[in-house]
Amino acid sequence: MTDARQAGSRTASATRIAALIRKETWQLLRDPSSIVIGIVMPLALLLLFGYGLNLDVKNVPVAIVMEEVSDDARGVASGFELSDYFRVVHVKTMAEAQKLLLEHTVSAIVRIPPGFARRVQSNTAEIQVIVHGADANTARISLGYAQGAIGTWIAREAARGRMLAAASVSLESRLWFNEANESTYFLVPGLIVLVVTLIGTLLTALVVAREWERGTFEALFVTPARSSEILLGKAVPYFILGMIGFALSVGGGLLLFGVPFRGSFLVLTAVSMLYLLVALGIGLAVSSATKSQFLASQMSMTLTFLPAMMLSGFVFDIRSMPWIIQVVTYVFPARYFVSLLQTIFLAGNVWSVIIPNAAVLAVMAFALLALSVRLNRKIIG
Amino acid sequence: MWNSFRRTLALMHKEFLVILKDPRSRVLLFLPPILQCLIFGYAATYDLNTVPYALVDQDRSAASRAFAARLDGSGIFTRVASTQTTEAAADYLLRGRAVLIVTIAADFEKRLVSSQAGRIQVLADGRNSNTAGVAQGYVASIATAFGQDWRASHGLANQAVQVTTRAWYNPSLETRWNMIPSLIGAITMMMTMMLTAMSVAREREEGTFDQLLVAPFRPTEIMIGKAVPSMAVGLLQSSLIFLVALFWFRIPFAGSYAVFYLGLVLFLAAAIGMGLFLSSIARNMQQAMILSFVLLMPFMLLSGLMAPTENMPAILRYFTKINPLQYAITITRRVYLEGATLGQLLPDLSALVVIAAVTMPIAAWFFRNRLA
Repeated sequence: MTDARQAGSRTASATRIAALIRKETWQLLRDPSSIVIGIVMPLALLLLFGYGLNLDVKNVPVAIVMEEVSDDARGVASGFELSDYFRVVHVKTMAEAQKLLLEHTVSAIVRIPPGFARRVQSNTAEIQVIVHGADANTARISLGYAQGAIGTWIAREAARGRMLAAASVSLESRLWFNEANESTYFLVPGLIVLVVTLIGTLLTALVVAREWERGTFEALFVTPARSSEILLGKAVPYFILGMIGFALSVGGGLLLFGVPFRGSFLVLTAVSMLYLLVALGIGLAVSSATKSQFLASQMSMTLTFLPAMMLSGFVFDIRSMPWIIQVVTYVFPARYFVSLLQTIFLAGNVWSVIIPNAAVLAVMAFALLALSVRLNRKIIG
Repeated sequence: MWNSFRRTLALMHKEFLVILKDPRSRVLLFLPPILQCLIFGYAATYDLNTVPYALVDQDRSAASRAFAARLDGSGIFTRVASTQTTEAAADYLLRGRAVLIVTIAADFEKRLVSSQAGRIQVLADGRNSNTAGVAQGYVASIATAFGQDWRASHGLANQAVQVTTRAWYNPSLETRWNMIPSLIGAITMMMTMMLTAMSVAREREEGTFDQLLVAPFRPTEIMIGKAVPSMAVGLLQSSLIFLVALFWFRIPFAGSYAVFYLGLVLFLAAAIGMGLFLSSIARNMQQAMILSFVLLMPFMLLSGLMAPTENMPAILRYFTKINPLQYAITITRRVYLEGATLGQLLPDLSALVVIAAVTMPIAAWFFRNRLA
């Protein structure tokens, strides 16, 4: 008897959820802007990230000031000319070079002082390299390449039988997981984080608040639907949209940019679903807590988008942040997802990385979804 | 004329009330910019303060120990493991517990003594190729210094060519110095563009837009009434971030305040112009939000905030020409760090004027034509 009633209420619940999902899906599909964010945005971002956001330093414009005309000075200059990392502009005087640096026409100055060739013989020669410090990262990397360009010249002289005293320690450097030294390889996994965050949180942040603002939430209250069923109905369509965006960015990253993929698709999909649930949870919780679309939008942006970009380790390495900021990063789910993605894409199924990170995401998803259900209890006033 | 002015004033008054009457909204508009500036100011750095590394010393000689001591004593490198073979160290790299594996070859000291170059292999975790590159650079400079000292203390000749390096405008090459002035533009742009885009959408959704239309306002007056409060909020936000930069991070301000604020006002005008344009085409708040994000994302990514615009392909560099944030970042960085003058910034400032002068009339046109 009771079993039958329970079974009956379960089918009734399923019918209600199905109806709510249908309602939310219609609402989603009727608005063309949701198609924009689900399909157009992932593709546009993929192209922007792949082609636009390039952290690799190449073709740095450099002004070479030769204050002496000699074979050695020309040799050093050709070391820069032959390097892929530099684009050389020859200038006559230091004053001219300074003006170019100030105007941002060049990013560095290489100065070969008078008496260079003579001093090379006595091992006291000096070359001055000045970089524009405004973009500190590029500046530091180009300083390293400048050393390399000068090293190239010394090596070429050695090949021609003239031994110049070179550096005492030779370094052989290799990059694991990213042999080609392409920043695209770690930016594309980061892009997936942004896409899933945007669809999951920003869209859902407004859906509950909108019903509160318009007063239609009260209308839902008088129906037999429970608040957990209402929220489930809202989450499902956005979950599907999020997975579409995810699939597009993974597919695009692999096909367009040849990002290596060393893990398994099953694990990738599973952890992404987990993160999408967390993102949906944040959106629904923010929306239910503020009950105002304007506040929900500002809050979800502050809570998700910027931290996903700045505090997730996707561009800026967490290990180089001060410890207090490192502690802060543990609060934001994006951090766990970024390390999962970078590992699954570039290193493979490393379980010692995957299990702890996925576990944290699972706990977060559960807590946030439970919180949103609680915030939408059927109590008025 | 006088009437028009009074109407606009009344509308601005109303807008300020809408923005500021809710205490939660007051907090959300002014607290996050300060927190973001503090957090991102510390977080958004390409500088590495600690590089965990695993050492594989195959030589076990005085020279190799001296080299390792030099790494450990640099204040940057922390040794997380010492192993016999590179394979044994690989696990640390895989789990992300070490960024580098430094392997000192078995003949390191022998080659140094015979005046050949001692060999060191550096393996880096390429999952973040930028960190890897910077860390390798640090090893390289330590290796150079070690080599020079070795030569000096063992009576060998100097290197033939010494390279002396200097960085202008940012002598210690701290990324924070150029990141924080850029954050002034990035943070305020997001908040003001969104604020403006949502404000009209909110009226549409609540039905008060129709009331506004039957009131004796011209579209231009409505626009000014919406733009000025957003501008005020934006200026306040950017001033707060500016104060954090000056007094918390203590980054010296090299330029003129007048030029700095002129740049900010023009930038905000351009950003608000875009926000108004978006809000004139959005039907509801969700659309306004999506549209602002669709614009904000590329604006942020292609602004030079995270990666220099010079490296971008030509077609994307054209896009940066219509990106107000790109100009704002150029202007704030150059005024802040280099003390650039009005004359030097004229091209960037006038670009912002053009953007504002194009988007605002388009927005006004859309307002009028959406009436039907």
